[in-house]
Amino acid sequence: MNLKFSQKKGALVVTMLGELDHHSAERVRIKIDNKIDELGVKNLILDFSGVNFMDSSGIGVVIGRFRKVSEWGGKVAIVNLASPVKKVFELGGLFKIIKEYRDIDEAVLNL
Amino acid sequence: MFKNEMKIEFPSKSQNEAFARVVVAAFASQLDPTIEELSDVKTAVSEAVTNAIIHGYENSSGKIEIECKIEGRTLTVIVTDYGKGIEDVELAKQPLYTSRPELERSGMGFTVMETFMDSLEVESEPLKGTRVKMTKEFKSF
Repeated sequence: MNLKFSQKKGALVVTMLGELDHHSAERVRIKIDNKIDELGVKNLILDFSGVNFMDSSGIGVVIGRFRKVSEWGGKVAIVNLASPVKKVFELGGLFKIIKEYRDIDEAVLNL
Repeated sequence: MFKNEMKIEFPSKSQNEAFARVVVAAFASQLDPTIEELSDVKTAVSEAVTNAIIHGYENSSGKIEIECKIEGRTLTVIVTDYGKGIEDVELAKQPLYTSRPELERSGMGFTVMETFMDSLEVESEPLKGTRVKMTKEFKSF
């Protein structure tokens, strides 16, 4: 899985490209955490537009990042979910704690 | 009734999670599944293989076997490992339960398998291994 980082209105935007499973999750969490620390950002937008497969490992990745940014009062938004990805998150009850937005712009406005 | 079957065996490396789910999806594709059905099968297989790697073998090396059968429009997938086994299968199947909280796992693996497939049977014996049997019937048009 490849990650692209950008910043929008002070939030770190992470665009993920590829498949998010147990194999790729470890590198994804390390790379995102390092970037959060390096830039000292509070809010995180996880862009799933390029994720064509995800299993329950993805739930752990999102909740783990949520816990990290919450320590400093930050928020996490998830955007551009394809239906199979959304189905896994729904099953995990993720939307009870993390908000989903249609796209990056909508997330930036609401964070 | 149409029947077909296949069997693969591979080492418990996390790189093989993607390999396993793609192979099973390719086998299932002869049933002309919808994109959603195929995605459900891939996700369930990914969960079962990940469990074998993380929990069965605890990241040490071992063999994982996958057997698939097609009978009519029903796909059966059996994922077997010869690892440490599960002491309490019913507890392991509870949503959000994880035996390895330090790994940032969600504890949703068996719940995904149960939800995305039509049936799930888990047989396990400590120190012998675990056998996960799942079936899914593909709708016909």
